Amino acid sequence: MSGIWVVLEERDGRVSRASWEALAAGQKLSETTGQPLQAAVIGASTEALAAEAKSKAVTRVARIEHPLLAPYTPDGYILALQQFIEQEKPEYLVFPHTYQVRDFAPALAARMGQVLISDVVSISDGPTFTRQLLQGRLAGAYRHPGGGTCFVSVQAGAFRAGETGSGTAEVTTFTPTIDAAQIRTKPSEPFRGSAQTVDLASAPLIVSVGRGIKEADNLPLVQELADALGAELAASRPICDSGWLPMERQVGSSGQTVAPKLYLAVGISGAIQHLVGMKGSQCIVAINKDPEAPIFEVADYGIVGDLFEVVPALTEAVKHAKT
Amino acid sequence: MKIIVAIKQVPERDAQVRIDSSGKWIEESDIQYAMNESDAYALEEALQLKEKSGGGEVIVLSAGPERVGTTIREALAKGADRAIHVDANDLSQRDALGVARLLAEAIKPESPDLVLTGLQSDDLGYGQTGVILAELLGVPHASLILTVEKTDGGLKVKRELEAGWFQEIELPLPAVLTIQSGGNKLRYATLMGIKKAKTKEMRVLPSADLGGLTPPLAVLESISMPQKQKSTQMIDGDAKQAAATLVEKLKFEARVL
Repeated sequence: MSGIWVVLEERDGRVSRASWEALAAGQKLSETTGQPLQAAVIGASTEALAAEAKSKAVTRVARIEHPLLAPYTPDGYILALQQFIEQEKPEYLVFPHTYQVRDFAPALAARMGQVLISDVVSISDGPTFTRQLLQGRLAGAYRHPGGGTCFVSVQAGAFRAGETGSGTAEVTTFTPTIDAAQIRTKPSEPFRGSAQTVDLASAPLIVSVGRGIKEADNLPLVQELADALGAELAASRPICDSGWLPMERQVGSSGQTVAPKLYLAVGISGAIQHLVGMKGSQCIVAINKDPEAPIFEVADYGIVGDLFEVVPALTEAVKHAKT
Repeated sequence: MKIIVAIKQVPERDAQVRIDSSGKWIEESDIQYAMNESDAYALEEALQLKEKSGGGEVIVLSAGPERVGTTIREALAKGADRAIHVDANDLSQRDALGVARLLAEAIKPESPDLVLTGLQSDDLGYGQTGVILAELLGVPHASLILTVEKTDGGLKVKRELEAGWFQEIELPLPAVLTIQSGGNKLRYATLMGIKKAKTKEMRVLPSADLGGLTPPLAVLESISMPQKQKSTQMIDGDAKQAAATLVEKLKFEARVL
């Protein structure tokens, strides 16, 4: 067992941002363990991705390439990576914690008799991997006991994508053996949901509402605040799941990613799936009755209180300030 | 179709959690428990599949100590036909693979057509059990599924991708699906359902009968309160004062209004 391999993912023909973040995590792991850092790209056509990867501070880039690796299927990826692991015997295999990785990495690890340490937010000496528990209310420190590859996936936004250095690494090609009959699922082309009419990403001010609002009938309360501010109304997933607001107003990993001047979170506890969609906002305000809610960890200003009292008062204060 | 739904009992969303004396888990005595949210959607999908096809069986499966019986009863009250309770007090010493092994051993003798589970638990949040189950059972899977349609050859499912994108996937049966929340509207248990649940079969399988405890490969060493990423200014006072102070600060300090 030796070396760190970071498996990079493609998005729109290029290495995705989340992948560079995973590479930054790999770098941290390399500093902690003294193991060399290498990058793998995977797909049916990986030349361009490999060219991007080799310009980073890595000692080697592997192109795991096979015509049956496009489109993505868990069976194809697991077979290819299994063979790659058997050849390279990495000490650490690092992935971005994307929906695609979540779809195959747990099964890949299980096939190798291992367990993925998923959604890691920081790496410290040991190495110790920190990940969130109970929707961000607690942090857990995890360790791999050794004796096989340690599989790790890295949460979006936890490491800086820019800090990946530069270099000119050697590129090698790995051709796995895959038979078409081994691929059991048939994916269609990805498609967008309903036509998007709300562009939250460009809104300078956003008022976002979560479970704390309790009922759909209470939504006008936050709508009035949004109107007073001239802000767009957004929501966390449960509100859209319940059909109280359309899906296109959802902020978070499965919805839109926003970074407005002001993000005002009302009755949102701050599960990680929501935080990844808004923590880049310039100024975050949280109103929540629970002082322990994780949303306060990313907030610049916080009010602990009953939103049914605070929000109408805030609407009045905003109107007053504008006159 | 014979469908098994794996559900997990987790601390209630608003539960105030305290770290226990071991420093490795939370004080369990003072919290309330509930069905994991995405598992509730998995159960709903199973019940609807059965109703649409006009036949078949929905079996709920849950691992944990005695207390998970209440969550199992809730699933039976909502319409599941019978239940398997893997009685285990050592779940905290098992990692995702260890728990999936228990569930897989409980599932195998049933030979179901379809296994459904939620995509992620609200407590540990590994998001792996369903995908590992598929590997252990040797069947195909799809994850983050919103809708499921039975076809002649198997299933056609709608998978959620990131940032508002979706994809359809066709796969043969038997299979495992992990279900994303929001694909269906959850039903409530009716009074009649609650009454009936009491007479439904709940088989208890001691975890020791399903294979011994192997040392975990992802070892949870300690838990702690999370580190703050920002220093938050908490604004005190009654609602009116707090609102006025906040507007002042947003205007003159943060300069975002």
